[in-house]
Amino acid sequence: MRSDATVSISEFLLDEIEDARFWQIAALASLLCWNIAMLSLGASLLPSLVAVSAALATQIAASRIARRPVDLRSPLITGLSLALLIRGDALWVPALAAALGIGAKFIFRVQGKHLWNPAALGIVPLLQTGHAWVSPGQWGTSATIAAAILFAGILVLSRAARLDTALAFLGTHLALLLARAFWLGDPLAIPLHQLRNGALLLFACFMITDPRTTPDAGPARLLHAAAVAGLAHWLVFFEQMRPGLYVALVGLAPLVPLLDWIFPAHGFAWRPGRRPAPQPAQLSDLVHAR
Amino acid sequence: MTIKPAARRMATALGIVAALAGSVAPAWAFCGFYVAQADARLFNRASKVVLAWDDGRATVTMASDYEGDPKEFALVVPVPTVVAEDDIRVVENNLIGKLDAYTAPRLTEYFDRDPCAPVYQRMSRAGGAPMAMPAPTMAPMAKDGLGVTIEARYQVGVYDILILSAQVSDGLVTWLGRNQYRIPAGAERVLGSYIGQGMHFFVAKVNLGRQEQAGEKFLRPLQVSYQTKKFMLPIRLGTVNADGPQDMIMFMLTRHGRVETTNYQTVKMASGLDVPLFAKDEFGKVYKAVFDRSVADDGMTRIYEEYAWDMHGYMPCDPCSAPVPDASDLFTLGARWHYPQFEHAGIDKLKSIRFPQQQADAYVTRLHVRYDAAHFPEDLAFTETADRSPFQVVYHLQHPWIGEASCAAAKDYLRTLPARFEREAGNLATLTGWDIGDVRTRMQANGQPFDIKVPG
Repeated sequence: MRSDATVSISEFLLDEIEDARFWQIAALASLLCWNIAMLSLGASLLPSLVAVSAALATQIAASRIARRPVDLRSPLITGLSLALLIRGDALWVPALAAALGIGAKFIFRVQGKHLWNPAALGIVPLLQTGHAWVSPGQWGTSATIAAAILFAGILVLSRAARLDTALAFLGTHLALLLARAFWLGDPLAIPLHQLRNGALLLFACFMITDPRTTPDAGPARLLHAAAVAGLAHWLVFFEQMRPGLYVALVGLAPLVPLLDWIFPAHGFAWRPGRRPAPQPAQLSDLVHAR
Repeated sequence: MTIKPAARRMATALGIVAALAGSVAPAWAFCGFYVAQADARLFNRASKVVLAWDDGRATVTMASDYEGDPKEFALVVPVPTVVAEDDIRVVENNLIGKLDAYTAPRLTEYFDRDPCAPVYQRMSRAGGAPMAMPAPTMAPMAKDGLGVTIEARYQVGVYDILILSAQVSDGLVTWLGRNQYRIPAGAERVLGSYIGQGMHFFVAKVNLGRQEQAGEKFLRPLQVSYQTKKFMLPIRLGTVNADGPQDMIMFMLTRHGRVETTNYQTVKMASGLDVPLFAKDEFGKVYKAVFDRSVADDGMTRIYEEYAWDMHGYMPCDPCSAPVPDASDLFTLGARWHYPQFEHAGIDKLKSIRFPQQQADAYVTRLHVRYDAAHFPEDLAFTETADRSPFQVVYHLQHPWIGEASCAAAKDYLRTLPARFEREAGNLATLTGWDIGDVRTRMQANGQPFDIKVPG
C-alpha cells in the first residue's frame, strides 16, 4: 500500500545505517543522564539501574525459555524508557514494570509481532497499584529540551523509517489542541504550551514509533498514530487521566494486527539485510481467490 | 471604581474575579515575620489556598486577607460542578495560618563547642476550630435572556452565594455587571473558556446585615467541596489585567503522597545549605531573595516545592517551625477521608466529633508559584504521587566557637573557620544573588571574622 517513493526512501534510509536502535539507546541514555543530573523531581540513579537490569534479565531469561537468540538492544531501550518515565515509591516498581513489559513481548504475539509496546505495558498496569506514577510535567516547557528531544527523535526515526508515524501523531495531537483552543476561545499560547511538553515529545519520538508494535504499512501507521492521539486527547482532557498517552497506546494495541491484516506489508526488521518475507495477507488472498 | 490590591490578592487565589472595590489606597501591609520562619506573609502579593484531594473529592479553602470595605467585596470562582449547600463552609481565619506556619521555610541553629572539651550537641530552633454557618434558603432555578442560570442560591455565614451556569461569556459578563460585579476588561474570553469546559461559577458577596449581626470584623475564609475528575486550580481569571506577577502558595492535603503539577515543572526549592549567622535576624528577607532569585533564574516557568511531609508519620516535622495542625484542623480543611460519615456534617455535629488521632492521616505538599498570563497561560493541573518522602526548605546556622586557643585542637579548629565562613558567604550569595562582598562585610560585623589570628 505504500507508494513507491516512500518505499524507496525508507529502503534508502534503512540501508544507510545498520540499526536505528543504537541511535535510540544513545539518545535515551543521554536524556536519562541529563534527567538524573539536572531535575530535582526527575529520574534517580538506583531505580534507573533497576529498570535497565530487570529489562535485560527478563529478556535473557525469556529468550532462553523461548529458545531464541538473546538480543539486548530492545530491552535496553525498554529499560531506559522506563527509567525516564515511571516513578515509584519502591524499587520493585521499576523492576516489575520492566519484567511485565518484556515478559509480555514473549507471550502476547500475533503474526510474529508482539502486541504491546513493552515500556507502555510496563507503565499502565503499575499505575493501578498505587505505588507508581508518571510525571508529565518533569521536563518543563523549555524550548531547549523540546528541541533536543526532537533532534534525537528525528535522528532515530529517519533511520527506522518511522518519521511518518511521529509526524502523524504530533500532527493529530496539535490539530486537536488547536481545535480545542479555538472552540474554547483560548489564546494560541495554551496549545503551544501544551505541545512543548517533554514527555509528549518523548512519547512521539520513541514510543508510538516503535517499529515492532506499530502497523507495517505506511497508511496503517498513520491511522494508528492518529487513533492513539485522538484517544489520548479524550482521556487527558475529558477523563482527566494524566497518563492518557500510555493508556491510549496500550488500549489501542489490538488495532495493530487488525490494521496489518487490512493493510498487508513487509514486516519490519531492525537490520535491512534480515528483512523477513512478507506477512501472509489473508484478506487479500481471499479476495484474489474468488 | 477599581479593584483594590487586597481584593485582587484574594481574587488571585483561584483565578477569582473580585470587584466592587473603592479607593486604590495601597493595602499591602508588609507584615513582620518570625525570626526563623518565612511564611506566606512575606510575599506581599501572595494568595493562599488549601486544596484537599482524595480520589475525585476536592475541598478548596481560600484565604481571606481582604482588608477593604466588606460591601465592596465580591468574588467569582470557576468550579467544575454545582456545589451543594452542605459543601460550602466558612472556616476560622487562623486555620490556613497554622498550616502556613507549620510548612514555612525555616532556619536551624547549631553551636560549635569548645574544641578543647569536644562534646557536639545540636540545638534546633523552633520556629482553630471549625465553624461553618450554613443558612438554608431557597435554591431556585432562574434564567434570563442572557443565558445565565442561577443553579443555586445559598447564605453561608456572612456571605450570599450564587452558583451560576452560563451559555455564553458575554451574557455572563452582562449579568455580573447588572448585579454589581465589576469584571476586569479581558475576562470575557477566559470566562468563555470555562463555560466551554462545562464549569460553573461560584459567586459570593458579603451580606452586610448579617455581618453586622454577627459582629465579624474580618472576613473568614470560604470553603467549597465538590466531586470532580479535575484535580486543578484555575488561575487564569486572576491574571487578567493583573499589574504584574503574583504569588500563590498552595497547601495540598492528600491521602497518599506528594502532589506535583502535570503541565508545569515542579522542582524542589534549594535547601539544606549553611548560611551566615546574620541571616537569623532577617530570615524573611533572605528567603524572599532566595525565591526571587530562583524565579529569575528559571525565567518564571516553574513551581517550587517548599514542604512535603507525612503529617501522620513518626516525626510530623523536623525541626518543627510551628505546632502541627491537629486532626480537627485537617478535617476542617478537607482531609476527611477517614470520616466519610461526617462529610456533610454541620457545625454542631463537627463540634461534637472527637478525633482520635493527634495528627491526622494526611500528606501535605506546599507549592509556591509566581505567575502571570505570559508564563502560565494554562490553569494548574495536578497529580498525586505515591511519594511520601519528607522534604522541607531549611537552612542552617552554624555558630562558631570563638575563644582562647588553649589546646592544639582549638588552633586547628580556628584555622578551619575562615574557609567555612567563606563557604557560607558563597552559599548565601548564590542563593540570594546578593553581592558576596556585602555578605562578607556583614558577616565580619556579625561575629564571623575572616581574619582570625591563630597564635603559633
